[in-house]
Amino acid sequence: MSKQIRLTTPLSSEDVEKLNIGDKVLLNGVLLTGRDAAHKRLSELIEEGKELPVDIKGQVIYFVGPTPAKPGKPIGSAGPTTSYRMDPYSPKLIELGLKGMIGKGNRSQVVIDAMKRFKAVYFGATGGAGALIAKRVKKAEIVAYADLGPEAIRILEVEDFPVTVVNDTKGNDLYQEGIKRYAKV
Amino acid sequence: MIREISNKEIIKVVRDLCIDANYNLGDDVLRAFDRAIEAEESATGREVLNELIENARIAREEKAPICQDCGLAVVFIEVGQDVHITGGDLKEAVNEGVRQGYKDGYLRKSACHPFTRKNTGDNTPAIIHIQIVPGDRMKIVFAPKGGGAENMSRVNMLTPAVGIEGVKDFVANRVKESGSNPCPPTVIGIGVGGTFERSAILAKKAILREIGNRNPDPELAKIEEEILTRINRLGIGPMGYGGNITSLDVFLEIEPCHIASLPVAVNIQCHAARHKEAVI
Ligand code: SF4
Repeated sequence: MSKQIRLTTPLSSEDVEKLNIGDKVLLNGVLLTGRDAAHKRLSELIEEGKELPVDIKGQVIYFVGPTPAKPGKPIGSAGPTTSYRMDPYSPKLIELGLKGMIGKGNRSQVVIDAMKRFKAVYFGATGGAGALIAKRVKKAEIVAYADLGPEAIRILEVEDFPVTVVNDTKGNDLYQEGIKRYAKV
Repeated sequence: MIREISNKEIIKVVRDLCIDANYNLGDDVLRAFDRAIEAEESATGREVLNELIENARIAREEKAPICQDCGLAVVFIEVGQDVHITGGDLKEAVNEGVRQGYKDGYLRKSACHPFTRKNTGDNTPAIIHIQIVPGDRMKIVFAPKGGGAENMSRVNMLTPAVGIEGVKDFVANRVKESGSNPCPPTVIGIGVGGTFERSAILAKKAILREIGNRNPDPELAKIEEEILTRINRLGIGPMGYGGNITSLDVFLEIEPCHIASLPVAVNIQCHAARHKEAVI
């Protein structure tokens, strides 16, 4: 556990297959943002067989709802939000080529299975480290659903965005393995 | 002697507390992070703690919120019985302070209607607890509370027969089931006794205690330490990635309860343990 890897998006299946739980990854390139409301809209489009407003192939989605940006800053504090609320929507996006998700907290078995089958990973970002994470975001631009305000889909240009692999493509789960390793009961 | 305090002053104090609490993590929490890094066995856990220390430094220097969830505005007020508030109503002054603080501080507004989920737009209404005390001063404690950790908190009406062991089991299980959700390392507030709602307020007040301070009652202090040790043996660790620092501290407050009851509340506080106070 715990080696440091630099990756630049978009990611390929080979990129993510090399990752193991506990690996520290510094992401570069761009990330998409989205939380509950944006996920709901994307899923509805998929169900209707319509085209998505952004190409998600090879992309990484960050579950985040930042504080308002101060004048002159690209984004306000921007730590991860709890991921399980995205569980109903994630498998479909993974099937369509999404390679990574960033959030905090457990994912459902259905999502973990989809990551294994279609080769994607779930990264944890440090919850509450909103000020630190914001420093790694160089630019933010709304690309869809501007009406959703803080929940609009943005493209973030990031530099060494710090995450930890929580679920890899082999079905492993850092939350479970971590407890097994350190529990003394 | 009656002492006058103007509502304008209250508005200003609350506004400043909102911003201060969200930008500047308390020294007791920072010291607890330093101790945690020494004690944490997991390298991944230590990395998380390092990020938290770095995050607090950046927030302080750049005047940015520690966490993007700037919480619901929880405010405890002790009003001296010799205080006369002039210029308007106390609750409205507190809400106005919150309104201004969240706007001027670029803080996220997270208050919404429970069913329609429509945001109230200014993070009001604040959750205000008022107590009348002797004296001619007013003490205001501002403690913003994030959703992640609050969602993991619970009240349980235990059977008196389970006793203190039952309380310990309930708390430890609650922390275990919460896993990574409340952003560990956490601070655990436990309220035992009173009634259903009283236990919850005791638990919430307990998390306002400075980290490292034990309950003055040696028996209760011992129980706090026992529960902390037990929690840190669960293996959850910083951010739930595994490790031996799951909680930074456990605070227990008790009060007499009904002969038929044993109310227990566990209020989980994330590592963004924000609270600031002022006396007017
Ligand atoms: S639980 Fe606390 S640290 Fe974590 S996201 Fe919520 S407010 Fe921030």
